[in-house]
Amino acid sequence: MSETVLLWALGYAEIALGLACLLAGWRLLRGPRAHDRVLGMDTLYSNIMLLTLVVGMRSGSSFFFEVAVLIAILGFAATSALAKFLLRGEVIE
Amino acid sequence: MSHLSEIPPFGAVMIAIFLVIGSTLALIGNLGLVRLRTFYERLHAPTLGTSWGTAATVLASMLTFSFLNGRLLVHELAIGIFIMITTPVAFLLLGRAARRRDPGSGAIMSPDGAPTDDTGAGEESRPEDEPQVTPKAR
Repeated sequence: MSETVLLWALGYAEIALGLACLLAGWRLLRGPRAHDRVLGMDTLYSNIMLLTLVVGMRSGSSFFFEVAVLIAILGFAATSALAKFLLRGEVIE
Repeated sequence: MSHLSEIPPFGAVMIAIFLVIGSTLALIGNLGLVRLRTFYERLHAPTLGTSWGTAATVLASMLTFSFLNGRLLVHELAIGIFIMITTPVAFLLLGRAARRRDPGSGAIMSPDGAPTDDTGAGEESRPEDEPQVTPKAR
């Protein structure tokens, strides 16, 4: 019984997060200006991090947790570097 | 029969509720990212997914691995705390960049997308070293 409930919930979460990734990718491709694209990229990073956690729960392996930590750290670094570039024109002054 | 059937039924229901809440909030946040009109409105939408969307998914993952291993495992709290700290910082930087890059820098956009007369003179509006440059990359 618990396996059925968990499989349905995991399937729903994967479909919802996949749709969320598609929407964030649409904003990343179509964003009218550069900071819209950066916002879409940051949201895409956090969606993929959540999707990695959900896939890790389905497979039961703890390696996906480390992948999720790496994705979160890289997403923050990329977003802050791009925002700094848009703010000042260069990343390291 | 997979590893998921080792989880007791009340734990499975709790994990399922947290998963559904988290992924639905992330989906709503991304819908807002697509549907809202100005950048300053869009900046608020994804925080739905990064606050309770991340928290609920992280709680579900924590419960799953705690039930599978038979002891309390709180690794995933690291992701939750990291996301809670870094998302406001990144979005604050993005909002400042957007405000600097607006036509007529320092202008605050009205809800229908037209720049208003509000000069928004804060400490970061320095007209002497920013002589009304048009943004290079659009």
